Amino acid sequence: MTKHTDPHGTPAVLLDDVVKTFPSAGGRVTAVDHLSLVVQPGEVVAFLGPNGAGKTTTIDLVLGLSEPDAGALSVYGMAPRAAIARGAVSAVMQTGGLLKDYTVAETVALVASLHPSARPVDEVLERAGIADVRGRLVGKCSGGQQQRLRFAMALLSDPDLLILDEPTTGMDVEGRRDFWAAIRADAVRGRTTLFATHYLEEADAYADRIVLVRHGRIVADGTPAEIKALASGRLVRATLPAADGTALARIPGVESVEIRGDVVAVRADDSDAVARYLLTSTAARDVEITSRNLEDAFVALTSDTEHARPGRTPEGVLA
Amino acid sequence: MSTTALDRRVPPLGGLSPTFLRLELRRMLRNRRTVVFTLVMPAAFFLLFGTSSSYRDQSAGAGNVTAYVMVSMALYGAMVATTSGGAMVATERALGWSRQLRLTPLNPLAYVDVKVCVAMVLGGASVVVVTVVGRLSGASLPWDRALACALLAWVCSLVFAAFGLFMGYLLPSENVMQVLGPVLAVLAFAGGLFVPVDQLGDVFGTVAQLTPVYGAAEIVRAPLGADANLWVAALNVLVWLGVFVGGAVWRFRRDTARV
Repeated sequence: MTKHTDPHGTPAVLLDDVVKTFPSAGGRVTAVDHLSLVVQPGEVVAFLGPNGAGKTTTIDLVLGLSEPDAGALSVYGMAPRAAIARGAVSAVMQTGGLLKDYTVAETVALVASLHPSARPVDEVLERAGIADVRGRLVGKCSGGQQQRLRFAMALLSDPDLLILDEPTTGMDVEGRRDFWAAIRADAVRGRTTLFATHYLEEADAYADRIVLVRHGRIVADGTPAEIKALASGRLVRATLPAADGTALARIPGVESVEIRGDVVAVRADDSDAVARYLLTSTAARDVEITSRNLEDAFVALTSDTEHARPGRTPEGVLA
Repeated sequence: MSTTALDRRVPPLGGLSPTFLRLELRRMLRNRRTVVFTLVMPAAFFLLFGTSSSYRDQSAGAGNVTAYVMVSMALYGAMVATTSGGAMVATERALGWSRQLRLTPLNPLAYVDVKVCVAMVLGGASVVVVTVVGRLSGASLPWDRALACALLAWVCSLVFAAFGLFMGYLLPSENVMQVLGPVLAVLAFAGGLFVPVDQLGDVFGTVAQLTPVYGAAEIVRAPLGADANLWVAALNVLVWLGVFVGGAVWRFRRDTARV
């Protein structure tokens, strides 16, 4: 990480070559694999990846809920547990349980009592959109209301860093919109937000930066636009023995050419030109043209099969 | 965000506060099962088993047999209450609440302190209920001695707060008291709270002296003037306290390391 010497002061989150493994039947499974990441104060970062990519494990490490096997991490320059103890970090986790026999307001009041200078309970309930059910027992609240309650608890310390693990699970469309409006409003005021999601639209719509993870490694890191650019253009595939890669690359609009045995894959803005060339000037057959969207980029970047990865690697985007 | 991350403070006493205690007590008293088993049942047992006219007329040390039963039931109530209080951690672990609390500045030790405090308040309430019902129902014992018995029952129930905590960390179940309730009844029986130990027969009577309620029962009844070997009783209490605290610390350490 020394090459990323920070120009802004202390980073909000710093992970340096972090490794976390878990015991399993056949030895140890690596959940986080030499992952390095720097999040600057005020950034809204989406941690995007399929289930099992290591998102939750990484978040647990940042929150000090588990210890890394190797590597270093800090939160605002502090050890994770120290940051939690000071209320500098708070989180909304999928796994966090609630007590059914507390009311909504009591739950928030209890957590408020743990912070030396907590925001007022009423303000937090209002902001999380559950002021109307403040007297209701938690056990009688809907899944969405319980999720908002977790959010309310996380807002109490007015944290510098807010970590959200699949935050809108169980919320309806309106709840989801309100939730993100609140998150964005705080981000404008300078709160750093790191959220894990497998909803592409959520990452695209609400993050300043998307970090794509697969098998505990970062496979892409950039703005939503940069990540989407990975998916721009079309892919032309054909069966063509002894293809002339140089000739293909010379076609206007071609971004990359990949030749594997008899299969050639060309990424290009102008897929028609490539197809025309292949069909008229070569012996290519089985020509196939596919367009790519963010969904495809996500699948391509996070899937197991290497050849599905896009050929282009824009500077600073593909890790 | 009005302050910078480094200016922030940790909570005093790790998060232990009157607000926290008040909320936890209110929640425990909201649980009907807890109220029945800790506040109603010991007093009901006393009324059932200790208030016959022959018991009222028969003396036992400085008081009558009714007072003897009252003191025994006060300890029984206290131990059920403090065990329930300590065992709350099992429910909270099972529900994921302890994990939620790990996202707050609450120090895990302060959390345990809160559980012990709540357990002791509940235990105290149970002792008070049995003692008051006893005074109103024919337990004859000088005030100072009755007070001493009540106080000792309360202090000795600390052993069972530790027991509850140990079990709470050992058994991650939402309904841990369904297991511990019968266990406590057996322990109370072995400790001589329902039937005097010397009526249990030689072999069982000897074994009973090693069980965790025995020592507490002997100490609690000492102000009645019963002749007891208080050194053996004190040793029993201290050893079991050590076992339960040790067990709770062991499980607690594992728990906080893993969460």
